[in-house]
Amino acid sequence: MNHFLTTEGVSREDLTALLDDADTFVEVLERPIPKVPALRGKTVATMFFEPSTRTKLSFEKAAKALSADTMSFSPGTSSLSKGESLKDTVLTVEAMGTDAMVVRHKATGAPWRIAEWVDQPVLNAGDGAHQHPTQALLDALTIRQRFGTLDRLRIGIVGDIRHSRVARSDVFAFSTLGADVTMVAPRTLLPINDDGWPAAATENLDEVLSELDVVYLLRVQAERGGASVFPSLSEYTTRYGMTRERFSRLKPDTVVLHPGPMNRGVEIAAEVADDERSLILKQVANGVAVRMAVLFRLMGGEHDE
Amino acid sequence: MSDLVLSGGRIVTQEGVLEGDVRIADGSIVEIGTGLEGETLVECDGAWVGPGFVDLHTHLREPGQEWKEDIESGSAAAAAGGYTAIVAMPNTEPATDAGHLARFVADRGRAVGLVDVVPSGAVSMGRLGEQLAHLDELWDAGVRVFTDDGDAVADAALLRQAMDYLATRGGVIAQHAVDPDLATGGHMHEGAVSSRLGMSAIPSQAEDTMIARDLQLAALTGARYHVQHVSTAGAVQMIAAAKDGGINVTAEVTPHHLAFDDTAVAGTDPSYKMMPPLRSSDDREALRRGLADGTIDAVATDHAPHAAHEKDVPYEDAPNGIIGLEWAAAVVNTVAPLDPVAFYSRLSVKPADIAGLADHGRWVAVGNPGHLTVFDPDHRWVPERTASRSINTPYLGMPLTGRVSATIHAGSITARDGAPNFSMLST
Amino acid sequence: MTRRVMDPDDVDRALTRIAHEIVERNRGTDDLVLVGIHTRGEPLAKRLAAAIERIEGTEVLAGGLDIGLYRDDIDTRPKTELGKTDVPEPVDGATVVLVDDVLYTGRTIRAALDALADLGRPARVQLAVLVDRGHRELPIRPDYIGKNLPTALDERVTVHVAELDGDDGVVIEPGGTT
Repeated sequence: MNHFLTTEGVSREDLTALLDDADTFVEVLERPIPKVPALRGKTVATMFFEPSTRTKLSFEKAAKALSADTMSFSPGTSSLSKGESLKDTVLTVEAMGTDAMVVRHKATGAPWRIAEWVDQPVLNAGDGAHQHPTQALLDALTIRQRFGTLDRLRIGIVGDIRHSRVARSDVFAFSTLGADVTMVAPRTLLPINDDGWPAAATENLDEVLSELDVVYLLRVQAERGGASVFPSLSEYTTRYGMTRERFSRLKPDTVVLHPGPMNRGVEIAAEVADDERSLILKQVANGVAVRMAVLFRLMGGEHDE
Repeated sequence: MSDLVLSGGRIVTQEGVLEGDVRIADGSIVEIGTGLEGETLVECDGAWVGPGFVDLHTHLREPGQEWKEDIESGSAAAAAGGYTAIVAMPNTEPATDAGHLARFVADRGRAVGLVDVVPSGAVSMGRLGEQLAHLDELWDAGVRVFTDDGDAVADAALLRQAMDYLATRGGVIAQHAVDPDLATGGHMHEGAVSSRLGMSAIPSQAEDTMIARDLQLAALTGARYHVQHVSTAGAVQMIAAAKDGGINVTAEVTPHHLAFDDTAVAGTDPSYKMMPPLRSSDDREALRRGLADGTIDAVATDHAPHAAHEKDVPYEDAPNGIIGLEWAAAVVNTVAPLDPVAFYSRLSVKPADIAGLADHGRWVAVGNPGHLTVFDPDHRWVPERTASRSINTPYLGMPLTGRVSATIHAGSITARDGAPNFSMLST
Repeated sequence: MTRRVMDPDDVDRALTRIAHEIVERNRGTDDLVLVGIHTRGEPLAKRLAAAIERIEGTEVLAGGLDIGLYRDDIDTRPKTELGKTDVPEPVDGATVVLVDDVLYTGRTIRAALDALADLGRPARVQLAVLVDRGHRELPIRPDYIGKNLPTALDERVTVHVAELDGDDGVVIEPGGTT
């Protein structure tokens, strides 16, 4: 049984194969009828125990573009609030006849537990601050479309890395694909212990800015972590925001990415967000293609013996 | 009672290890020699024969949470693990903060009859950390170990008050040293592994700052102070220095802190979720050295039963703790082996001394009570079952070296080869 | 016992003949589009397009179609690479000639027809194959055939094309299906 839970430890070959598949799906999505029958008759359950709009919609679109049916679960009005355990909830959904589960949960490792309980592929759509592997894939695809490869690209990830599952997935995926990754953040937002992280770290954005080929901006998170992690938003913008001024100091081919949703005016200036070198909307489009690739590979067909 | 001979063992006495037989009759050791005969014979085949183990730290969950464990199933697990006395933690429902509740636990243990169940008492009412529990009542009911285990006694003034009270009487304050403010929201050790997982974590300082403070208060009051489940290298260092400085401090370590480090949590398996958490390999190394050199006086299991459905959840949602009475000695022998004298010292003699149990933890000698444990240090096996009501443990299926061959409580065999003697249970 | 049933000259003559037949049947090259089925149909389609250009003097568009997302045996066959689809536009109203190397059960062609339908509405679809080995499981018939090759079910027919395999040829080998 195969699952897609993390980018940590995934080989360069496997990542590249998924990106190549995603290219095919990018083309499919550009057709007049952007739909193929590959997963006809299969059902994908999206189980989002943590709120999400964009990722959930993206997965649902991906499933539907493969002609699969979708079943959507969200907490609040569900039996979870009646005290049903997570295990019983997923077993019940599985018993209704699903063929794969896409899971987002605030507890680290929850998708791994679920993969132990059910007998079908599980995709991690985000667990705690740990991993969000399809985000890393769509980010890598977007960068590859622009530069042809990630080999030897200098990528700077800027923002709250300590609490970011996007950052963790990106660090491993980008470096496995050959990029040179630097994490940029104040000390309170860098990893507490970066032993074994395939990335450099610095607190000074301005020092590395003009060497970067890709600037990856993370959202300043108020909703995770609770306690305030930075003295004030305006201080953050002054030291780490992609202002117009910083943007002008980038190399002419350098691009800006952001996982969304953006805080315009905080980590990214509005004009930068709308600039041609900001690939944010491309990321979103690629997200559907990448999720189609992962769903197709997990659900469609036997795997190599 | 009939007499019982433990034959062909390596007997751990005050004077050293000698090969021979031990005869027990009427609940006491009556003879040590060779070629002894008796009505019941246990062949030891060179296994160690020493005083019955004493656990300073067991959660029996009765009263209030009997679906996880009760005094009967906990006693059976203890007997199987070589224990002849266990100190029951007071975080039951209700908490053991009054005399009649302590008596209930002791009476129940006596009724089951497999092991001496010694209740500990809470330091604060309801273990809420606000005002002192009925310490006098508890003392009169026989309680000598006071702890709010499950929680720390965080309020320094309250702790000092309790220490002042006990300093003159002679009981011991056992501290679950986890600073609640530094540990809030944390689920594992703060280090490289927690950083990769992005999980909120607990730094070693949550333990070290509290122990440092407590040692000062122990010095101030002259009270006996015992550190439960030590988990950090810093704590071991402080305890060693405090002992050198004449402070009346003792310490225990769990088998799981000796066996595992935080890399065991990388797979987010709740079987490795405990409090304090499994820490770095450097910390584990320091704990093993501390146990070997005696800085850490005792092995204590922190046997913590939880029902299967409670642990079968994502890691962050799982309760802390594993069961371990049945395999504690085996695990210690596997990961941090000791010579037989040190072995029985840590598992029996010192814990009995700390808990104030005069009948237990006595080197084998004629006239001593018949509480003995036979331990075969070379036997290789894989645990496959448990007498506990719960199964939350990583030890099932884990290869171990060393096993309790027989447990003798008051002259009767309460367990053989890892299986409790259920016919022993009083009805 | 591997038998070679077509050598490079045989392949070349067959393609030339098929090119003539296509032009003859369609009375020219108006609205003609050749679509090769991934993998080996594609180079064959391009060669046919080149041959038709030599015959008629007009340019004929050729492209490729990957049917990996349209197969009906997705659960039972081994994982394969997905190929590129680039079918020349417009498909609407065109005369599409699907080109494949081997026609066997017909399931590949069925998938190709479904894929084509998602790309547009051709006026008509014709089928050209280098080899027809029989054993149809669906009511599919070719319009243009390079060679009829009766085979046993336990034999395997392999087509080599110079663009991918270094040389042209058709061989029959024992064991497996194609």
